[in-house]
Amino acid sequence: MEIEYLLNMDNISKEYYGNRVLKNVSLQVKPGEIHALMGENGAGKSTLMNILFGMPVIHSTGGYEGVVKINGEKVLIDDPHKAMDYGIGMVHQEFMLIPGFTITENIKVGREICKPTLLSHIFGRDLEKLDIEQMRKDAKKALSNIGLDINEYVKVAGLPIGYMQFVEIAREIDKTGIKLLVFDEPTAVLTESEADRLLEIMKIISSKGIAIIFITHRLDEVMAAADSITILRDGEFVARKEIKDTSAMDIAQLMVGRKVEKLVDNEKMENIRNLRDDDLALTLRDFYVNMPGEMVKGINLDIRKGEIFGIGGLAGQGKIGIPNGIMGLYETEGTANAFGKDLELDKLGNALDNGIAFVSEDRRGVGLLLDETIEQNIVFSAMQAKDEFLINFAGLKLYDKKRAREHALKMIELLDIRCTGPSQTAGSLSGGNQQKVCLARALTLNPKILIVSEPTRGIDIGAKKLVLEYLVQLNRQEGLTIIVVSSELVELRSICDRIAIVSDGKLATILEPDAADVEFGLAMAGSKKDGDKND
Amino acid sequence: MDNIKNRIYNFASENKVVILFVLLCIGGIYASGSPLTFVASELFTRIGRNGFMVLALLIPVLAGMGLNFGITVGAIAAQIAVFWVVYWGFEGITGFLLCLLMATPIAIFFGFLVGKLFNKMKGAEMIAGMVLGYFSEGLYLLFFLFIIGGVIPVYNDRLIITGGVGVKNTIDLAGNIKYSLDTVPMLTIIEILFFIIVISTIIKIVFNKVKETGLSFKKDLIILGVGAIVYALSFIPSIEAFLSTDRLLLLHAVIIGLVALVLMQIWYIIKNRFILKDMDYSMKKPIALIVLAAILYGLTYIKAIEEILLYVNLPVTTYLCIVALCMFNSMIIRTRIGQNMRTVGQSRVVANSAGIDVDKTRIIAMIISTVLACWGQLIYLQNIGTFSTYGAHTQVSLFAIASLLVGGASVQKATNKQAIIGVILFHTLFIVAPQAGKEIFNNAQLGEYFRVFIAYGVIAVSLAMHAWKTNIRPIDDTKKPARLKGQKA
Repeated sequence: MEIEYLLNMDNISKEYYGNRVLKNVSLQVKPGEIHALMGENGAGKSTLMNILFGMPVIHSTGGYEGVVKINGEKVLIDDPHKAMDYGIGMVHQEFMLIPGFTITENIKVGREICKPTLLSHIFGRDLEKLDIEQMRKDAKKALSNIGLDINEYVKVAGLPIGYMQFVEIAREIDKTGIKLLVFDEPTAVLTESEADRLLEIMKIISSKGIAIIFITHRLDEVMAAADSITILRDGEFVARKEIKDTSAMDIAQLMVGRKVEKLVDNEKMENIRNLRDDDLALTLRDFYVNMPGEMVKGINLDIRKGEIFGIGGLAGQGKIGIPNGIMGLYETEGTANAFGKDLELDKLGNALDNGIAFVSEDRRGVGLLLDETIEQNIVFSAMQAKDEFLINFAGLKLYDKKRAREHALKMIELLDIRCTGPSQTAGSLSGGNQQKVCLARALTLNPKILIVSEPTRGIDIGAKKLVLEYLVQLNRQEGLTIIVVSSELVELRSICDRIAIVSDGKLATILEPDAADVEFGLAMAGSKKDGDKND
Repeated sequence: MDNIKNRIYNFASENKVVILFVLLCIGGIYASGSPLTFVASELFTRIGRNGFMVLALLIPVLAGMGLNFGITVGAIAAQIAVFWVVYWGFEGITGFLLCLLMATPIAIFFGFLVGKLFNKMKGAEMIAGMVLGYFSEGLYLLFFLFIIGGVIPVYNDRLIITGGVGVKNTIDLAGNIKYSLDTVPMLTIIEILFFIIVISTIIKIVFNKVKETGLSFKKDLIILGVGAIVYALSFIPSIEAFLSTDRLLLLHAVIIGLVALVLMQIWYIIKNRFILKDMDYSMKKPIALIVLAAILYGLTYIKAIEEILLYVNLPVTTYLCIVALCMFNSMIIRTRIGQNMRTVGQSRVVANSAGIDVDKTRIIAMIISTVLACWGQLIYLQNIGTFSTYGAHTQVSLFAIASLLVGGASVQKATNKQAIIGVILFHTLFIVAPQAGKEIFNNAQLGEYFRVFIAYGVIAVSLAMHAWKTNIRPIDDTKKPARLKGQKA
């Protein structure tokens, strides 16, 4: 007999502007089971969930291919409210809670219980009076259903993060007819004991017959709580397994598993480098960064002069926080030392003064002045930080148009920036060319260390190759020390000399680029396999 | 000890703005050397005149639209109606009600438009409202200076500039709607309230019959009974004589208030202890309040206070309107639409994902605020008695918002209490400022400057103090990595 699935998503494909992000992916969930959905960043998990919820982003870009069935019946969900009607609920990663409201109000938001009044008979149900007693009772019931002992009249604002998550869950549970709950990386923001508590609660919920889709990066949690698992990779379906038939090693292998395609052929390039363990460019000691969403919690790193050092790890684990902390953009703790000199981390611009240039991952937000010309963008940092491209005129520092133009033209040629000329605005360039402008700006500072964060985010494969190749060239020919921070393991493995994997704000391990897939998989998923701890 | 110290510190830091202005008021009164009786009687007149307008600001704050500078539009709606009613020659309370009847639809329409506009520029409602005020003033001037008389033929020497086009600078409301609301006697109000109760009970019963809602109207019958008794009492000659006036001596108002407070507390005690038999119910608070009421009553015998209480007369109906608006504000929070407004105000994203129609909710909030502002302006005009055609609306939003801010409200949060405290403090300063300026600097002109300076200064100072208050809030430690916790907070 065929197994009765609550949810069937068969052969789902989705294209964004000609870019196929999902290719024939299938997902099946049985009633009352905890089904884990795993995959690296960009594997297609969120797109799949957006399809399930009928998010506008899917339907405004041409819909999807494939069939979604609920209880064996084919359905078309093209509106989030429809998903709600089908009994699908979502526990968001960033909380959809109102801090100024009580727990009761948050649980009942938009679904308040009301009593009719005289005025509501005349003017419609908007004027019905809130039945606070009844709302409280319901909230209490929902909270006790997930085993949470907390007063329902407390305001959410002061609650610990973990409790906020539980309130979100209680809200979903309180909705009548809920059949399927999606947890989107629920444990990412929780402490260890809270995470354990959450897993327990998930088990309680599933034991009441509600199915759960559990999106997470943490292997040990999957092993502890899930009944079955679907693994995606690069928008493709890899495997669906029952947890009891598999192991953490298997899953890690499946998640990362691909042969390392050399994006860049660096063997060809002349290697004049002499990497020595005692000749260090940058050392981090006990380094903490308070960057929301990308916390760094005590990292020690030694980066050798002249090497390309990769920092990898999943989103939200802290890898982005490291360069931002070094540049002094967020509050930090601990020491960072460049070429034997301690950086004054609380002084913005001190890293620049010490020869460290940074290409931000947030290209359009922080990296570029989108409405300014390419020329302005290239010389901007050098002008501000080093007083270059300026003429002294009667005590006033004026913009040296001629030299800036010359320099911009040189950079455009050097980096092959495809544009109509240096006076084109940066905002009108393609992603790859914007990234080159960012690089050009960083290089204009004549740095001794170049930190590039997510160098290839949002740019196509051809441009990707060019950017990476250029980085290698810089390193080999100029002896520039380069730190690459990236979520894409492939690109790190193709250009770096060593790769540090950051997990939960801490250094998980440092690997050679040709280390086994399984090692990368386990390090990223936070399973401590070998005792490679840094404290 | 530390606990008490902390509580005092917290109280002081939370009510910084109010405390600052209380001190300013005391200093101002002292410096001006004005007799307290004068200040008090001026103040109570001004509360009646301006209180309603300030309360009209609360709902947009609730819906997250900030301080509604767009109330100018509501004031304009009121003024259009006042002009026509005066032109048609209606008088007294009839004229006032006609103004109300005519201005309300205009205000609803204007409020709808303002809401539509604000929805297009979410997050910038305050500056939009301010500019909108200037823009609508342009249209208003066009209407009053050119269209009236120029396009619409209006013949009235008293209202129209010689030459037949445009309305005169000032319209005297004496003899038509001046004091029309202030002079409604208490007796009439009781009658009207009684009939409202009767009608609403009838409607309810009819609804029950038609729709079979199964509502219990035991409560309604009790209210009806109480209403009938009060109405019957008003036929006793001595009470009738007392009620047939339109002004209430402040002393009497205070005594009535205190008696009502005591009766209410006794009712709470009886209800919780003997009817609901809730033995956990703490009697501390009601008893404390009763004692407080007794002390306050004792205070009225102090010579200086008694003098003020005997000097000031309150226009009862106007004050009742303000009380009713306070009740309306606190009641709407407890309805579905009120809860939606709060949700929208706190987070539009959450509201949207919970299926609340954000845009519609915001438009409703704007309509309510505009209509209330319109009524507020009617109350203001009938009390002040002269209608300055081209100036009455110009500073309405400025003064109302300054008052609200002085009361300790902010862009995100404002309550009835803050509005009332704000009106009291702001207008006290307004009354004593010229005199104080004159006494301190020996120059009457400077005193006048003082006044204008205060209105703008108040907004700047209280906004700055609120910003400061928000900034020094301790950083959320829980989100930091362990090592950073508590180090720089």
